[in-house]
Amino acid sequence: MEFLGLFNYWVVIVLMMIGFYIVICSNNLIKKLIGLTIFQTSVFIMYISMGKITGGTAPVLADGITLYSNPLTHVLILTAIVVGIATTALGLAIVVRIHESYGTVEEDDIHAKDKQA
Amino acid sequence: MESFVHVVIILMLVTTAIAIVRVKDLFAVTMLAGIYGLLSASFFVLMDAHDVAFTEAAVGAGISTLLVLTTLSMTGRFEKASVKPQADYRPVLALVLVTVTGALLIYGTQDMPGFGTADAPVQTHVVPRYLNDSATEIGIPNVVASILASYRGYDTFGEVVVIFTAGIGVLAMVMSNATKMPVVQTALMSDHVVLRIVSKMLIPLIMLFALYVQFHGEYGPGGGFQAGVIFASAFILYAMLFGLTAARNVVNHTLVQLLSALGVLLYGSVGVVAMINGGNFLDYNFLSDDPVAGQMLGILLVELGVGITVASVMIIIFFTFTARSQKEGEAD
Repeated sequence: MEFLGLFNYWVVIVLMMIGFYIVICSNNLIKKLIGLTIFQTSVFIMYISMGKITGGTAPVLADGITLYSNPLTHVLILTAIVVGIATTALGLAIVVRIHESYGTVEEDDIHAKDKQA
Repeated sequence: MESFVHVVIILMLVTTAIAIVRVKDLFAVTMLAGIYGLLSASFFVLMDAHDVAFTEAAVGAGISTLLVLTTLSMTGRFEKASVKPQADYRPVLALVLVTVTGALLIYGTQDMPGFGTADAPVQTHVVPRYLNDSATEIGIPNVVASILASYRGYDTFGEVVVIFTAGIGVLAMVMSNATKMPVVQTALMSDHVVLRIVSKMLIPLIMLFALYVQFHGEYGPGGGFQAGVIFASAFILYAMLFGLTAARNVVNHTLVQLLSALGVLLYGSVGVVAMINGGNFLDYNFLSDDPVAGQMLGILLVELGVGITVASVMIIIFFTFTARSQKEGEAD
């Protein structure tokens, strides 16, 4: 898989920038959160790509296998995913409350209502 | 062949992400995000990260999709089409910013070691020690589990506390008055015979599988985080089919709240017991006369604590959201 070279990292950056674009540009708070999730997942993909060794196998020790991919990056990302969903849920909870107070989840409508008040 | 699959999955990921940018229907966006999660899980399998793939499949494609859908049922399905002309400059500016940032980052990758190289810095520092010594020090084959629960037990403890805190945060923000729970009988999914029968057959198997993932995590891919999410999904499936009221009869809400704290307490207590026995916090060697047996016991208990907290926090979050959306539905 030599030809892959830095390809994975470039794709990670593309995905990260797509997520970033959604966060900046989308007016809808829920879509912003989904953009953040894409951003987050791109970081996961980067870590896991770094840990992969060509010809290696999953880090569960077994006889006759000498080359394992990096277990440390797996641990970091494994916990990050579950923490990620917990924080996303918190974000969605805030969105629900915003919707109850303002009647909308569109950013510019919220700003307009803030100015009126 | 492997590189071919690799490239195809990556291209599908990028395509899905671009589709998410373009689509205005938030229901479709949520489904695409679920597909994105499933694709990244497949990619993690390809990268030998089975534990991570497990988690991502359960979280990214499962629970997060459900939570967003529940939120959508309260906030509306469609993104507002931008009508104001002065809003038009934003996409262009954002695109410029994103392109510049991306170009700088790609320039930065020039210093990165190539993909899959065995002598990259990330592979040569602490990891060889884990791979070489964990079999004798910890005595379990899954190195991910031994790092997660033992070598880096502190980190994991912190993360469990974060999850617990997020559960409290969601409760504090959107908990509706539990005593005045509305008995809403909106079109229940249990009216669909196929869904009802298939799910009733699946729910016990899902729970059994979760227990397997929990207690077999030391020997194969799995552990508390994955098991907790899978276990919670069984209850969530039940709540979706038979309604929240029926699900509340099965799982007592106060009990689940207590359990979410109990998991953290169990994790912390294992650490304190190690201290009382003369070791450091979370040093499982001191849990038993035989260090390896102590490690096994410590990891088992700690993973159990993680599993209990994760499962109950996920159940709490989903039930709280659903209760809120039903209350809103009644108010409309």
